[in-house]
Amino acid sequence: MKRIFSVLVENRSGVLCKVAGLFSRRSYNIDSLAVGETEDKSVSVMTIVSSGDERTMEQIEKQLNKKLDIIKVKTFTEENSMCRELMLIKVKYQSGNRSDIIEICNVLNASVLDMSSSSLLIQICDAPEKIELLIKMLTPFGIVELARTGTLSLQKCSENEKAK
Amino acid sequence: MAEKITGAQAMVKCLEEEGVSVVFGYPGVAICPFFNSIYDSKIERVLVRTEQNAGHAASGYARVTGEVGVCVATSGPGATNLITGIATAYADSIPLVAITGQVSSELIGRDVFQEADITGAVESFVKYSYLVKDVKDIPRVFKEAFYIASTGRKGPVLIDMPIDIQNQMLEFEYPKEVSLRTYKPTVKGHAVQIKKVIEALKTAKQPVICVGGGVLLSGAEKEVQEFSAKHSIPVVNTMMGMGVMPSDHPMYFGMVGNNGKAYANLAMNNSDLLIMMGARVADRAISQPDLVTENTVVVHIDVDPAEIGKNMGPSIPLVGDIKHILQDFQKYEFEGDYSQWIAQLQTWKEEKAVKRNPKEGYVDPAEFVRLLSENMEEDGIYVADVGQNQIWSCNYYVMRKGKFLTSGGMGTMGYSIPAAMGAKRGDKTKQVVAVCGDGSFQMSFMELATIRQHNIPIKIIVLKNNYLGMVREYQHYTYSDRYSMVSLDGSPNLEMIAAAYEMPFVRIFDMENIEAKIKDFLALEGSGLMECIIDSYDLVK
Repeated sequence: MKRIFSVLVENRSGVLCKVAGLFSRRSYNIDSLAVGETEDKSVSVMTIVSSGDERTMEQIEKQLNKKLDIIKVKTFTEENSMCRELMLIKVKYQSGNRSDIIEICNVLNASVLDMSSSSLLIQICDAPEKIELLIKMLTPFGIVELARTGTLSLQKCSENEKAK
Repeated sequence: MAEKITGAQAMVKCLEEEGVSVVFGYPGVAICPFFNSIYDSKIERVLVRTEQNAGHAASGYARVTGEVGVCVATSGPGATNLITGIATAYADSIPLVAITGQVSSELIGRDVFQEADITGAVESFVKYSYLVKDVKDIPRVFKEAFYIASTGRKGPVLIDMPIDIQNQMLEFEYPKEVSLRTYKPTVKGHAVQIKKVIEALKTAKQPVICVGGGVLLSGAEKEVQEFSAKHSIPVVNTMMGMGVMPSDHPMYFGMVGNNGKAYANLAMNNSDLLIMMGARVADRAISQPDLVTENTVVVHIDVDPAEIGKNMGPSIPLVGDIKHILQDFQKYEFEGDYSQWIAQLQTWKEEKAVKRNPKEGYVDPAEFVRLLSENMEEDGIYVADVGQNQIWSCNYYVMRKGKFLTSGGMGTMGYSIPAAMGAKRGDKTKQVVAVCGDGSFQMSFMELATIRQHNIPIKIIVLKNNYLGMVREYQHYTYSDRYSMVSLDGSPNLEMIAAAYEMPFVRIFDMENIEAKIKDFLALEGSGLMECIIDSYDLVK
């Protein structure tokens, strides 16, 4: 089972270490982790994707709530939230297959950011499974390197949402 | 405008504001500004002989007074030595504030002399920690630290104080209130859940309450005793719940767990309603929690929501402070009929009582513990160490109105002597006895000097078998008597140790006239050391 924890934390030094330490100490998985500031500079949001059984997911939420630097823990499933990830990926090409790569990019809504005579630097921002798909499609051409941000996630819109 | 004082003076003022009357500690350069300032204060300083014992002494103090215990160490090795004390307190949810000196803040991270990243090192053993980087933060940090340590699920909080911050100046004003947006412990139980528990009690035929250390931390002993007596609900306890129920309470059925009473485990495993109160269902208490939940309605009451469902999936979770919740229970009138169940438990209690065959010519530790606890003052404090001595203590201690302290969660050897010191300092009117083995004694007997220097009159009893008995027993069962690393040959003559610290000494070899000998020992003025020679091959089971 996959869960997405959107964790609002105090924007202080050491907090990332405490949260990561909690996961390692209790042997919880981190599938992906993304950290950034929110509209309030004193608050950061950590989006942690984890997987495990029901009891473990419940424990993660409770243990996170116990940490004193954590303000709020929101738990999403893949169904009730929107997830996006950004990836930059560099692929090798030969003169004969460049247009194949560009076609794949067009189909998957990826764009070319930079190129040389032997490689393309491609950007994609999409749901994690689309990112996986792009990697799979580009692998045969030869991946030079890639970097991913980790999943960001917010709950889907509901009626009557209030601004803070 | 407030007068300017140094950070070190502010630290002392904070302790005074919190009503601290004693600190247990050990100095070093990085904490010297603090010890220089506390010199002018009424707060007593107890110099332990190694930092770990400052933690244990503060723990004993906290457990007797219900207040926050304070221990202080210097940077680097002082701080790292303190870690076991902090971890021991954490495992038993004991409220401590640990203060450590740190190298000058501009040197942090350069691996200078006596530098250790102590806030990093203790991260998984503290409720919270602070590295103070601005002198103006001292009052807020101390206020928060005492608040965090003593509320919700209690536990240790560490404050790391760089030496330059201790020397800088600030205008001191102690905050009246704590405002932490991330920390709001639940105290009051949810009314719907409370009602569910009462309904479950009405329909149950075989209910059992299992109490843990949380009951003592909440100060709810009386409430448990009354609730159990009023509704005739049997009570068992975990090791940390020792002392909640007096031994002669008609509804008391002993300690559970692999080292507990067989009839207590039978009670728990055959119950149709099990109410866990302030117990975290660790492996030594309940080895297979999922088997228990199969046929039993489990109510789990704890102030820490993360404990509920961690090791055992309860049918009725109930978050809150035990004392508050029991007071809420008392508002409900109900009558259950558990008489058949209680009769069954009585039968088991008689049938399953352990019949020991102690070897002649030695002190029988079980009978000794019984006689000792019966002959102590009614409200005396018994501190058990770790090892076979702990199991005998738990199983044969006669609880009346006293307190029973031990390191249950972490099982830290050497706990009893420093914890007994802290306990005695916490309540000077109480008789305090530490019972340890010859292994655990040798882990902390340097504290005999502290006892002497600070005139802390406690009685220490060593059950001597010349082995690390608990491990020897394990090797007996698991490795067919291949005794590896467990012989204590080379141990000192305790009579000479006692003489070296000018402490009265008594050695007993067998059961002859033993009660009179115990009485005489307990009646000694000041502190004293007693050695009981027990059979090296005796077993707790």
